[in-house]
Amino acid sequence: MKIVVTSVMVDNQEKALHFYTNVLGFDKKEDIPMGPHRWLTVVSKSDPNGVELLLEPDEHPAAKPFKQALVEDGIPATSFGVDDVQKEHARLSALGVCFTQPPVQMGPVTTAVFDDTCGNLIQIAHRN
Amino acid sequence: MGERFSHRIPANRRPIGRLFLTSVRPCRLTGKRWLAYHAVMADLFEALAAPARRAILDVLRERDGQTLFEICARLSMTQNLALTRQAISQHLEVLESAGLLSTKREGRYKYHYLITAPLETIVQRWLTPLSSNQKRIGK
Repeated sequence: MKIVVTSVMVDNQEKALHFYTNVLGFDKKEDIPMGPHRWLTVVSKSDPNGVELLLEPDEHPAAKPFKQALVEDGIPATSFGVDDVQKEHARLSALGVCFTQPPVQMGPVTTAVFDDTCGNLIQIAHRN
Repeated sequence: MGERFSHRIPANRRPIGRLFLTSVRPCRLTGKRWLAYHAVMADLFEALAAPARRAILDVLRERDGQTLFEICARLSMTQNLALTRQAISQHLEVLESAGLLSTKREGRYKYHYLITAPLETIVQRWLTPLSSNQKRIGK
């Protein structure tokens, strides 16, 4: 068994595709119509055959209150690895991304947390 | 007293400096004022009595205005304190009711800020010299 896909629940798939590709820099992998929605995944540029991130509609009634509660407490929906958190923080801030936590060294890792504009907080991290 | 502090703390929980200022006889606290003074001091010392709550004040000093998530992460990673998020939430409430912390909502996020003003009451009580009048009446 291996992990091939994981997901974030987004409030709008088209907006999410824009943010995750044009702002974060992932590439679109799958885009398959599924009723009113799409099976929409992105992958890392450096690992196009690696784990896919599914941009999943947050349509279930439980999803929105769950997401809101996490955001209020500053809890990220997921975490991505980067080479240098400081550099990513500078790059994304320049693109207008809102950080709820600037880069902070937390023991063996440095982390930062930003808003994905689709109702989630996302953590980025590198090992020190 | 800072502007942010004074409007967030209910009048009966504000630090004692104000009580002295408004008192007709500044050196003597009587009745409700006396009780209010003791309530503030008791809350303050109770809030500071728990090591976890002192650690929370320490991490807010490293950076003011943190989310609950960041406070939890710092407590476990930098202070080596393994507490549940729920326990930390409760500690934050105690600190807030003692006037040592304020929370501010910005859009969908909630940030926590350190307030040091109540600590002044400790300085006032023991570290500021008594006036000759206060010494005479044995305060």
